[in-house]
Amino acid sequence: MTSPAPVEIERTESAEETFAVPEPDVPWVTIVHNDPVNLMSYVTYVFQTYFGYPKDKATKLMKDVHHKGRAVVSSGSREEMERDVQAMHGYGLWATLQQDRK
Amino acid sequence: MPGHFEPLPGGGAAVALDDVEISIIRSLAVQLLELIGPGPAEDAPDDPLAELFADGPSEPPSDPVLRRLFPDAYGDPVDVPSSPEQAQEEKEYAAEFRRFTENDLRTGKRESALAVIRSLDSLTPAGDGGAVLKLTHEESQRWLGTLNDLRLAIGSRLDVIDEEDTDLLYRLPDEDPRKPMVMAYLWLGGLQETLVSTLMP
Repeated sequence: MTSPAPVEIERTESAEETFAVPEPDVPWVTIVHNDPVNLMSYVTYVFQTYFGYPKDKATKLMKDVHHKGRAVVSSGSREEMERDVQAMHGYGLWATLQQDRK
Repeated sequence: MPGHFEPLPGGGAAVALDDVEISIIRSLAVQLLELIGPGPAEDAPDDPLAELFADGPSEPPSDPVLRRLFPDAYGDPVDVPSSPEQAQEEKEYAAEFRRFTENDLRTGKRESALAVIRSLDSLTPAGDGGAVLKLTHEESQRWLGTLNDLRLAIGSRLDVIDEEDTDLLYRLPDEDPRKPMVMAYLWLGGLQETLVSTLMP
């Protein structure tokens, strides 16, 4: 899945005009939320396939989603997290992104 | 084995389906296609470039099934925003995300559902109308996505909001009007579960 063109343009500009960066570099996170329809095996499969996580890590994240209602599955720039959230929606997982406030 | 995908040697998966099962999956996939819609081509049928660059919608869909298939990317479903400003900001971010992604997401789901229908239409039925469906690895991934979309759609129609709802569905009396849809939901779950296991890395 590709990201929308404006993202690329934005990135090039900020690389050239580093003095214009308005905010401190606070990372963003992708959060997957629990829902009663998605199968645990499928959610684990998605974490392994899309993120390339080993089975143990994928299973732990899946269990966190199931028991705690949510799990942070990736972190990075806002553009990267938008890409991850779009991919999760493509798989039918319920995901949002937000700035990591911790 | 009926109702269960099994891995094929060398990759891919196979399942035996009878004529009723084939027509149920096909009919559900067609309904899913109709729900997802024809895509951006509707507005600009003569100009593929305009279609490529067309913005998607900025408002969430009104249909609850579509809202589940294409959820907001910003805004925590549990924590309420700490201020009206934050709520407004999340709404704007979600609208912008939707404009840039929803068309692509719809296209992806549509292509998978079409792939499912095509593979069912290419089956050569045995004397009793049943057939063995054999999928390549790539087709398996398409099927997996569509089976999940179908379960999300049916789950949403059945108001499956939390785990307790699922437990209730298992115990529905036979005369409940939702029973046939529940049976389909559970059966699709079995198909998806066994298909995942053939694909596990």
